[in-house]
Amino acid sequence: MTDFASDSILVLVTVTNDGQLATSAAGLLAAATSVGTPIALVVATPEQAVGAAAEAARLGATTVIVVEDARVSSVLSVPIVDALCLAWDLMNPDAVLIANSIEGRDVAGRVAARRRSSLAADAVGVSRDDEGVLVHHSVYGGSYDILSATSTGSIVVTVRMGAITAHAEPQPLVIERLRHAPSNKSAATIESFTPAPAQSSRPELRGAATVVSGGRGLGSLANFALVEQLADSLGAAIGASRAAVDAGYVQQSCQVGQTGVSVSPQLYIALGISGAIQHRAGMQTAKTIVAINKDADAPIFDIADFGVVGDVFTVVPQLIEALEAKKKQ
Amino acid sequence: MKIIVLMKEVPDTYGERKLDPETGIADRAASDAVLDEINERALEFALAHADRNPDTEVVVLTMAPDSATASLRKGLAMGAHSAVHIADPAIVGADYGVTAEVLSAAITRLGFDLVIAGNQSTDGASGILPAMIAETLDLPQLTNLTEISLDDSIVRGTRATDEGVMTVSAALPAVISVTEALAEARFPSFKGILAAKKKPYEMISLSDLNITIDDLSVPRSILIAVAEKPPRQAGVKVDDQGDAGQLIAEFLISNLLA
Repeated sequence: MTDFASDSILVLVTVTNDGQLATSAAGLLAAATSVGTPIALVVATPEQAVGAAAEAARLGATTVIVVEDARVSSVLSVPIVDALCLAWDLMNPDAVLIANSIEGRDVAGRVAARRRSSLAADAVGVSRDDEGVLVHHSVYGGSYDILSATSTGSIVVTVRMGAITAHAEPQPLVIERLRHAPSNKSAATIESFTPAPAQSSRPELRGAATVVSGGRGLGSLANFALVEQLADSLGAAIGASRAAVDAGYVQQSCQVGQTGVSVSPQLYIALGISGAIQHRAGMQTAKTIVAINKDADAPIFDIADFGVVGDVFTVVPQLIEALEAKKKQ
Repeated sequence: MKIIVLMKEVPDTYGERKLDPETGIADRAASDAVLDEINERALEFALAHADRNPDTEVVVLTMAPDSATASLRKGLAMGAHSAVHIADPAIVGADYGVTAEVLSAAITRLGFDLVIAGNQSTDGASGILPAMIAETLDLPQLTNLTEISLDDSIVRGTRATDEGVMTVSAALPAVISVTEALAEARFPSFKGILAAKKKPYEMISLSDLNITIDDLSVPRSILIAVAEKPPRQAGVKVDDQGDAGQLIAEFLISNLLA
């Protein structure tokens, strides 16, 4: 049995349906490496476990704990929670890092409740001082920076997806296998799963360096293609305001704002978006904001670094043409 | 069937939201407080079920300062049968652990078949409490549901995850959380508002729940620092004179953004 370092950070890496690690794994392992010894936990079916473990080591895990449990595809959350508690008892980690994904939240909530530990949600970073691990949060749409910690014991942290872009150095693969020990806690049954249709070649909205978003001002589903054209010209991810999502121009997963995805890209281009507070809360930490809107009083202009009062249907095609001309130079 | 709907009063996202610079706790005086919209959708699902199944009892439950009464009464005006409001000076600034413990105790005291929460509040947005409550009460959790079917013994739903869509089910009792995909809430009718005044509204404290939270050996989240960021400043704003697309391209290129 491996001895674990006293500064162990336990990282739950999510194995997706097709056996790959979720994209959140890299950031979680980089964050763990910055504050301690990163130990990854892989909970997967026997067929997928070894491949996932190798990937976790490549992303920086110094040890990968593997729990093979066929229940992960049929029982919601609890098999992963059981495995995390098992791993926790081996190393008594300073912190447990889990992606702030829909699955991750459930696992984190259950683990913190079962272990009666502190929980810090939606972290954008972690650091360490003499007392232990500190958790960085950005709240109310980036209006406040907060630093939190636990009064005593380990802390469970959900980490905002896309917030940590660093990568840790690859490590040699060291696997520690644990036999699963079901808690028999009540759990929901997964009756079926349909993977989301394969993503386009565009970058993922969370963590994208450039985001082009469209709002109600696009006017129709057909017109929303303009957003896609500009996004593709810039190699950007596609976002949208809630109004555009509600109007059916684009799928809900593109919604940026208070009740959607929060983004902090290098460049955010808002097309036909008025900039209601709910939308701004999801994008105002962008490094540079460009806005085009025909309403000169639209609140988006209050936070835009470069604002154009004009018609998106004339300005954007000209912008795309200029960008394409630049590429040919 | 008895359904408990968890409610949260939040600062209105249409206004500016503030934190107390000393404690990091929400400054409730700085903005209008409203019932979180996602809770209204959760309540709408419960009420629609009650409309079809008259033996359904719907209770709204909150843990909030005394001042949240108006928000909880809105739930009664929409049609909930009774309200339970946990208020206690000891839980000001409660962390997730305390919140889950207190809500779980109140849920147990009430008795229930189904607990419904919003998937994420608009202020804290952690989305973590349904699972914490489920673990504490040894219940299945079905979170982030976009569609729900409910009968006397089973809840089943469509769950949107980061990777796809799953169908999940569990025998009751259970905890579920709902997304914005659910139907918008009904408006309280005038009749409903009048009726709400006569409905049971119970205020309870931690002693009613036999809970004490001053054990220092139990880990708690602590705030180390809070800093307000300066508001973002507006930059250049131009009226399109026919060359705005060109100007944006130059701006992006000169800032190495394209």
